[in-house]
Amino acid sequence: MSEKIVQLSATNFKEEVLDSKVSVLVDFWAAWCAPCRMVTPILDELAEEYEGKIKIAKLNVDDNQEIAVKHNILSIPTLILFKDGEEQKRLVGALPKKKVIEELSPWLK
Amino acid sequence: MERINDIIIVGGGPAGLTAGLYAARARLKTLLLEGEVLGGQAATTELVENYPGFPDGISGPELMERIERQARFFGLEISAPSMATSIKIKGEAKEIAVEGTKYPAKAVIIATGARPKKLNVPGERELQGRGVSYCATCDGALFKGKKLLVIGGGDAAMEEVLFLTKFARSILVVHRRDELRAAKILQERVFDNKKVGFVWDSQILRILGESRVEGAIVRNKKSGEEREIKTDGIFVYIGTEPNTTFLGNLLKLDREGYIVTDENMMTSIPGIFAAGDVRCNPLKQISVAVGEGATAAISAQKYIEGHLK
Repeated sequence: MSEKIVQLSATNFKEEVLDSKVSVLVDFWAAWCAPCRMVTPILDELAEEYEGKIKIAKLNVDDNQEIAVKHNILSIPTLILFKDGEEQKRLVGALPKKKVIEELSPWLK
Repeated sequence: MERINDIIIVGGGPAGLTAGLYAARARLKTLLLEGEVLGGQAATTELVENYPGFPDGISGPELMERIERQARFFGLEISAPSMATSIKIKGEAKEIAVEGTKYPAKAVIIATGARPKKLNVPGERELQGRGVSYCATCDGALFKGKKLLVIGGGDAAMEEVLFLTKFARSILVVHRRDELRAAKILQERVFDNKKVGFVWDSQILRILGESRVEGAIVRNKKSGEEREIKTDGIFVYIGTEPNTTFLGNLLKLDREGYIVTDENMMTSIPGIFAAGDVRCNPLKQISVAVGEGATAAISAQKYIEGHLK
């Protein structure tokens, strides 16, 4: 996994996501979720290709159930783009990289 | 120039991976294209307890990971995610297209499997991933302490009900008939479970909710009565349909869209084979898919060597 990806927990979620100056893409995942494994290499690549424009972060929903419930995570993988502490875009399911970039294009500029 | 592939396998579930294992072990240059995640539907099964050789059961992902490892050991090349979008016949050769890239091969094995059928009711598409799910093992853990509906009465539905009882507070099974079709051993387990209730002779008319599922309108088919049931999530298991859209009308299909083959797994076009859930077989099981994958691989070998027309 890319070292540029931020590992989230209850202790740093506010600082790294809600108070972040740049847009943050959060991957809600779990170890038992096979499609989540497909998303990982895509995020690694996005973290390299869009460094400085967007922050990429991962949150394990098993270890952080309260945050998952608060954000209405009912299927994983779910990717949520946060800007200024607000949810801007939600992508549910494992999508191809091209599609992810297309959906997130307004925040990747 | 690189040698063209002897065999291209489309689909990386039990049938495709086993075909790949046999083909690669037969020293045929073989490429497997998987459109989504390797392992197919089997990889979304929590516990497989009827696959021979595993008396204590084995998790679906682990079984599939083992078959993948075994296939790669013999030299199977795998590309994923690579979604095949069409197959063309070029004289003796076949050509598979994946988003603009073309892969020629001497023979093709289609093992694209099947996907869950949708209810086709208002609210279903809008709320998919927001409480509507087709995969309890994928999403079940996100419904701890919640009230759920499960739609269906077959083996898959009851297996998922039993899995969901680990998380949910209560589950209502909505079934269009007044008895279950599922295997007796599964029926015994669900009837014994105090968390599970039944709504017989009923179907879903509409799924309710704005940003997440809040309820459903259910109609009793005998009385005609309609009522609203409050729920946090709806898991749908009303059967599967084959993944054959990318084929167009290239191959002969049965009435429900499954691929018709002979006993060698050869389709209506020589050199194109089919195996597993995508084929018109009477039993959708990992053990069946594995056997068909092996047969398809050896038939494809015979075809390439000119022994099978």
